[in-house]
Amino acid sequence: MAERIVFKNVDVPNSQALEIYRSRGGYRALEKALKEIKPDDLIEIVKRSGLRGRGGAGFPTGLKWSFVPKESKLAKYLCCNADESEPGTFKDRVIIEKDPHLLLEGIALTCYAIGIHTAYIYIRGEMIYGARVLEQAIAEARAAGFLGKNILDSDFHLDVHVHRGAGAYICGEETALMESLEGKRGEPRVKPPFPATQGLFGGPTVINNVETLANIPDIIWKGPEWFAAIGTEKSTGTRVFGVSGHVNRPGTYELPMGVTARELIYEHAGGIRGGRQLKAFIPGGSSVPFLTEKHLDVKLDFESVAQAGSLLGSAGIIVMDDTTCMVWAALNLCHFYEHESCGQCTPCREGTRWMSVVLERIEHGKGRQEDLDLLLDVCNNIRGQTLCPFGDAALTPVESTIMLFRAEYEAHIQGKGCPFSR
Amino acid sequence: MLSQAAMEKFQQLLEHYPDKRAALLPTLHLVQSEVGYVSKEAIDYVAGLLSLTPTYVHSVASFYTMFYKEKMGKYVIQVCRTLPCALCGSQKILEYLQGKLGIEVGETTPDGTFSLVTVECLASCGTAPVIQINDDYYEGLNPEKVDRILEELSRK
Repeated sequence: MAERIVFKNVDVPNSQALEIYRSRGGYRALEKALKEIKPDDLIEIVKRSGLRGRGGAGFPTGLKWSFVPKESKLAKYLCCNADESEPGTFKDRVIIEKDPHLLLEGIALTCYAIGIHTAYIYIRGEMIYGARVLEQAIAEARAAGFLGKNILDSDFHLDVHVHRGAGAYICGEETALMESLEGKRGEPRVKPPFPATQGLFGGPTVINNVETLANIPDIIWKGPEWFAAIGTEKSTGTRVFGVSGHVNRPGTYELPMGVTARELIYEHAGGIRGGRQLKAFIPGGSSVPFLTEKHLDVKLDFESVAQAGSLLGSAGIIVMDDTTCMVWAALNLCHFYEHESCGQCTPCREGTRWMSVVLERIEHGKGRQEDLDLLLDVCNNIRGQTLCPFGDAALTPVESTIMLFRAEYEAHIQGKGCPFSR
Repeated sequence: MLSQAAMEKFQQLLEHYPDKRAALLPTLHLVQSEVGYVSKEAIDYVAGLLSLTPTYVHSVASFYTMFYKEKMGKYVIQVCRTLPCALCGSQKILEYLQGKLGIEVGETTPDGTFSLVTVECLASCGTAPVIQINDDYYEGLNPEKVDRILEELSRK
């Protein structure tokens, strides 16, 4: 089995307990860093590792940290983005529930590197069990001297708080997350200013995904060269791929970046259920373009998936077999985006609604020939016209299914109904 | 409106943030866990606690789907409807629940035991179809499992 980094402890019984984490080498990276490594050198180590954000955008983590000013009159903050809500993505929840101390150690190292003394874990409101596990782990870590004042007898201190969301997908967007944490509606901010200079409560802020932070302890302990040797040249390390939909063994698989979609879907996830044919898959959560069986040999790293016309995003792979209607799938996701649009930008709020109306009528046999051009026109009027990436995400399932499966849309319109039985 | 224990929690919450307003979502969660939903009275009460206007609290509370605006059943059954669950039969689970409980989405059984709602992706796509009932996830569902879950909850 390939080397695991963020999932290395998840199969161990009682893995969420501090004593188990300690017995498996936990908190030794923090101890080493506090005793031997200067904060600036930590940032350099993470830069050299090539680690890129695991939330979806893939921004280089060390570079993000280096944007935060060294001196600041206002307090600096770390927000751990645990608002895992991208359809098809279910990896952070595993880390949170099974290895909370790995996340806390990653948070402590990150805060030490940047000079932060308060961190918030913004966890989606539905994950009530996960929030309890984290609270328990924070209490344990405090009592053992890994959090709080004078951590491990150093002069470094850090408080970590769990902050629950309340059911809004948009709060996974970093500026909406900060608005929500400040007790406001989760409406994305205009950028600039960027969070690194003016973020939470006006202070310089870093927002990192759970899986990103969970990589930090091993990068520090084993070194950036060790990490950079895993994966591909520009997409280093592993990725937790979540495979869902029509496969025999859905689940989360931590594998080196650059594994092919074919190996992931057919070997690890056991192939298509019922021995059926694969029709389409979404490689990075619902916000990225669909791919088809032609793309099965695409390597799942940031560059290769982009070259194939999609994005690696959150690495949530949604697999659909040949019984799946693409109009129905696009409509399902369009309803999701319509429901989750924060409503701030007109093209997104109104566009998602109208795309749903038009898709609904195509799916139910009332479609018109001109509807496909109308849908693409709506897409073009959302693209780039909104404050945050949500608008572009929302149009993607609609646009990409029309591009790849236009004949199927036309069959709905000409045949006055959906040719697939369900 | 809040019990003594909840009030203590609220006081602790205030220490987590440099600005009182940031305690708004956690306070609304506290109130809902005690009262069952965010009533008009609860909005006035929370506004008072945090020195905010009721209008402001309402504008925030109404943005987030987890804050209920009306009294719900003892158990709120939340069926995930998003694509990964839909590919694995969530619609059939929803229809089964509707038939079994005799209510539509958005309704509560006359005895006040169960409410039925649909929700978007619960981040549990590998064990689809998934529902959440109050604080807990129920995964890898089929009609037999649904029967067992409902029976167990009805007995409580």
